[in-house]
Parts: sequence; C-alpha cells; structure tokens
Amino acid sequence: MEEKRKSGPYIQLMWGMMKTGILGFGGGPSVIPLIRHEAVKTYQWIDDDEFGEILAIANALPGPIATKIAAYLGYRIKGVNGAVVAVLGHILPSTLAMILLMSGVYFLSASPIIQGMISAVIPVVAVMLGVMMYEFGQKAVKGLGVYLGIISFVLAFLLLQVIEIHPAIVIIVYLTYGTVHFRVMSKWKAKRQQRGEA
Amino acid sequence: MDWLELVWLFIGFFVANVLGYGGGPASIPLMYREVVTNYEWSTPTEFSNILALGNALPGPIATKIAAFVGYDVGGILGALIALIATIVPSAIALILLLKVLQKHRQSNVVKGIGLLVQPVIAIMMLVLTWEMGQSSIASIGWIQSLIIAAIAFWAMQIRKIHPAIVIIVAFAYGGIVLPYF
Repeated sequence: MEEKRKSGPYIQLMWGMMKTGILGFGGGPSVIPLIRHEAVKTYQWIDDDEFGEILAIANALPGPIATKIAAYLGYRIKGVNGAVVAVLGHILPSTLAMILLMSGVYFLSASPIIQGMISAVIPVVAVMLGVMMYEFGQKAVKGLGVYLGIISFVLAFLLLQVIEIHPAIVIIVYLTYGTVHFRVMSKWKAKRQQRGEA
Repeated sequence: MDWLELVWLFIGFFVANVLGYGGGPASIPLMYREVVTNYEWSTPTEFSNILALGNALPGPIATKIAAFVGYDVGGILGALIALIATIVPSAIALILLLKVLQKHRQSNVVKGIGLLVQPVIAIMMLVLTWEMGQSSIASIGWIQSLIIAAIAFWAMQIRKIHPAIVIIVAFAYGGIVLPYF
C-alpha cells in the first residue's frame, strides 16, 4: 500500500485501471466494485459518497459505464491527460487481445478451461456486488432516516423490478427529488413544530 | 479503405453507444444494427463470433467490439476511430455534468442529489447481485456457487484480501478444477 502511494499519479491511474480492465469479466457492471476498490480504498482518489454520485450519473447517461468512470477518475486527478491514461489502461489489454486472438475464436470460446474460469468468478462478483449493495443501503438509511430510507428502497425496487422502468429514468426521478429534498424536509419540520406549539 | 469509410465508422459507433442506456451490454443490439444491418461491416455469423470472443475476454464489451470491427474495416486507424466514437462522447458528458456538481458541492440541492443517489444504487446492486447469483447457480450449481461465494466473502470482507487476488484464485480454480467436473 505504502509503495503504491509513492508512485506517480499517471502510473497509479494506468495500473489501477489496467487491473480493473483485466480482472473484470462480464462487461461493465462486474467491473464497478473493482473500480470502486481501486479508487476509494487502494488509491483513495475519491471517497465513497463521490463514487456513488459518479456511478449514478454515469448510469443516467448513455454509453459504456466503465470507460466513462475511468475517464472521469483520470480527469479528476490529472485533467485530460489523466483521462486518456486511465481509459487506455482500462481498455488496452483486452482490446489488443481481441484483435490478436480473433483467429482462435472457436478454440477460446469453446474451451472448457476459459468457461470454467468465467463460471468460477461469477460468485466472487456476486459477493462484491452484494457488499456494495449493503454499504450503499447503510448510507441511504443513515442519510434519509430509517422510514424514508425503507420507503426509498421499496419504491426503487417497485419501479425497477416490478414496473420495469428503465434505470436511467428511475435515477433521474430520484435525483430530481434530491434537488428539493432538504427544502421539503425543512418545510415539513417547520410545519410539525408549528403543530406541536399549537 | 477510404476516408468516407472512417467517417461512417465514427457515426456508426457513435449512434450505437449514444442510444445505449445501461452500459456496454445494453448497446450490443444497437451495435449489431449498425455493424451488420446498416453498414454490412460483418455478417451475422462474424458478429456472433466477435461477441463470443469478446465475452471470453475480460474488460468492457463495447470497446472490444468497436476495436475489432474498426480494425477489420480500417486497420489501426479504424480501430482508433471506432474506439473514440464509443468512449469519448459519453465520457465528456459525464465529466461536464460532474464538474457542475463539484462547483456547487456546498449547496443543499447538490447534497440532496448525493443523498438520493444511494437508495437507487443499493437497489440496482441488489438486482445485479441476484442476477449474478442466478447465472452462477445455472452454470455451476448452488453448492459450488455458495462455497465460492462464502470463501470470497471471508477473504475480501474479513481477511481484507485484495479482490484482484481473490479473482485470480477463482480463475485458477475454474480453469484447473471445473473442466473435469
């Protein structure tokens, strides 16, 4: 850990994002907990709250998720150059492999060894996603209070899974309410106080 | 290959990704429409081969497809252009939006946004966890899934081992043990 912090920011960005690019199987979503680990825990570029905001807004915008987040992290630390380094680190190994290995496509995608590797990693990814769910849930309850927290979970679940509204729309709805949340709360508290006094 | 083809590469991958909400996997059908139906850069069989290889390799899926098709059409320059069209527009949008938020960090409006983001992410992660669990049970059964998950949880949350190491161990187990059972 100590040694890593001594290396330059570009090396950190390149290496941190390269790790997430090489170890993330199954596209964007499975990479999110890995990126979070590097950005928040290993290199401490940002804190968890900021990561949550980045993730939500990245989800509300179109295009691939992981490269967007890598670009932003790079930009946040070292401007445009940082963004380029972070994105290259994230995509270069798999991009090169893709172009070089095309002739072996049948061999690779039918190989029981590759299939076995991918299958064994899925439960690990599930655990990482589960831990992330728990931690963000905890934060939501802490910030919103128990009642409002639970209401917000149930509502999000209904919208996403039962009515099956697109996640981007659900995020925009929540963020829109978020812009007035503190005003609503202070008004509500003032009203309750008035009633209490009367 | 001519310059026009490079322009089409840019437009094709730009359109496929700018319309794809929900990350790379969501834009696969859109890429299919551009790559196979619109511009006929690959045949349906070729595209499914590209997809199969892409899924067997790590890293984001959209960029792997863009790089391959771009390379196929216009060499290294083609790969570069397809990648830029895939990544850059949405990356710039994210950077600009977050810059605005950073500027107003202290306002209650931005604080409220940061707070309300958390329950949605928690539920989205719940859904993803559930989907991953199901696909794991479908491929290696619930006993093995549960054992691997339990060991992974112990290693990452209790022993605080870096996820990279846990994933590499899982790869090793999957590559060495699973093909024979």
